[in-house]
Amino acid sequence: MAAKKIYPTWFVTGALLFYVVLFFLPGIMGIGYSFTDWNAYSPEVNFVGLENYKNIFYANSNYGTFIKNTFVFTLVSSISKTTLGIALAMLLTSKKIWGKNVHRMLIFLPQVMSFLIIGLVFKNLFHPSRGFINITLNAIGFDFLAQNWLGDLDFAFKSVLAVDAWKGSGYVMMVVIAGLNAISPTYYEAASIDGASFIEKFKYITLPLLKPVIMNVTVLNITYGFRVFDLVYSLTNGGPGNATGVINTAVYSEFSKGNYAMGTTLSSLLFIFIMSISYFILKVMNRGEVEQ
Amino acid sequence: MKKIKPSAIFMNLAAWVASLTVLLPMLVVLLNSFKSQKESVIMDLSLPKKIMFENYAVVIERGKLFTSFLNSTVYAGFSVILIVFVVSAASYVLSRNRSSLHKVLYYFIVLGIAMPLNNVALMKIMKGLSLVNTRYGLIFLYAAINIPLALFLMFGFIETVPREIDEAAVIDGASAGQLFIRVILPLIKPVIVTVGILNFMSIWNDFSMPLYFMNNSDKWPMTLAVYNFFGQFEQSWNLVSADIVLTAFPVLIIFIFGQKYIVGGVSAGAVKG
Repeated sequence: MAAKKIYPTWFVTGALLFYVVLFFLPGIMGIGYSFTDWNAYSPEVNFVGLENYKNIFYANSNYGTFIKNTFVFTLVSSISKTTLGIALAMLLTSKKIWGKNVHRMLIFLPQVMSFLIIGLVFKNLFHPSRGFINITLNAIGFDFLAQNWLGDLDFAFKSVLAVDAWKGSGYVMMVVIAGLNAISPTYYEAASIDGASFIEKFKYITLPLLKPVIMNVTVLNITYGFRVFDLVYSLTNGGPGNATGVINTAVYSEFSKGNYAMGTTLSSLLFIFIMSISYFILKVMNRGEVEQ
Repeated sequence: MKKIKPSAIFMNLAAWVASLTVLLPMLVVLLNSFKSQKESVIMDLSLPKKIMFENYAVVIERGKLFTSFLNSTVYAGFSVILIVFVVSAASYVLSRNRSSLHKVLYYFIVLGIAMPLNNVALMKIMKGLSLVNTRYGLIFLYAAINIPLALFLMFGFIETVPREIDEAAVIDGASAGQLFIRVILPLIKPVIVTVGILNFMSIWNDFSMPLYFMNNSDKWPMTLAVYNFFGQFEQSWNLVSADIVLTAFPVLIIFIFGQKYIVGGVSAGAVKG
């Protein structure tokens, strides 16, 4: 049977059209505009070569901080969510836990809530004088632990990362649980007969068999980390100073200042970076298909 | 009587610590939403002295919640319909016909799962197409950015539908369109529900798109309305809390009823293969 006839290629047109015009094209156009002085105040757009990139990398600017923060955020947030998620998944697949499903659903719950809502909730819980966290610490006599969580240069970034882990660990947990359930119990039975300890079983059976799942989650966490915006914007808006500013909050602030060229240059850096690791991303996401 | 091991007690304790860490912040907000403004200055787990249901009435009126609720419903609802419509057709053909062109198209679109969106350049395109500050502009945009993940999920599901079904239908005289609508669509209903729910929630929760592309406050979705409300009423945490509860409520309802699909879809995204 002719595949062309019963699987007409024009069926792809709709999806392709929206995706290309409103998602892919801005990425490419943005790179073009990153070589110009495009801004809100002058109708003229002039070619300026690598000027914008020079401003980011050479000048004594804040942009370096945003890029560094984005990488640190991505790294720490991926590692902490993955570690916590695996630990929770191990805990909540154990036979010794009562009411597993209740725990699983509760811990997964923040995943379905808006970053903005969660940002506002924690902005309030973290409030130095009337927030829930400091009030509780004072009430139980741990006054010395109370901090200005989001306003202190030493704590703001850590607090943002903590909220991110609070929201995102449940997702990793759910996915790892699905991965754990797919592991045949016979492996563990055989290992038990051979006298393997819990740690040995984890190291030699669980982790190797979970590797594909973990890789996949890591790819999603990494691409999320590089693009993070909502949470930082609603918790700290990049402050105090530039302590928690990331690339996408910087893009928004350049955009609102009318400094379009710099906004698009920062965004393009992110675009180019992710495109350069895209082969790896696609390979992990489509295990067994790319090799074909 | 069976003896309970100390390790079991410890592990259950750990599970409760984790669950309460998630639950407490939400509980604080819920309690706070029923307090008077004076009481809500200090955020703790104390019960409200008098339950102030009127907080909710005040919020709905002053926060323009009715309008923004409708807006969010329109954005999420119509985008989901559009996504399901274009993506089911595309993923069907891409998964059935594996020519090299189709493979390239598939990877090209799926790459969007990782790709960052350049909002600054997008503004130029949106302006060029007269889509800024319009409802359908936002709907098209949400469709565009959610197509990649939806395609990935649907593609994976359609692969599990045997091709023999297509052949049988064609022998019975079905055209390509009939085959897709009458035979394939009913078979992929589960993944349509999954994609629909996941996208509805993520669009409902989004606020960066209207932040960039919607200046008109009458067209704001709930997220942006609550953010703005927070700016105006920062001193009245009882009201802000009530607003937060109302904004999160629809998503929680969907979560409770759609759990199976949500967890299934989320895991399928990562445990495929």
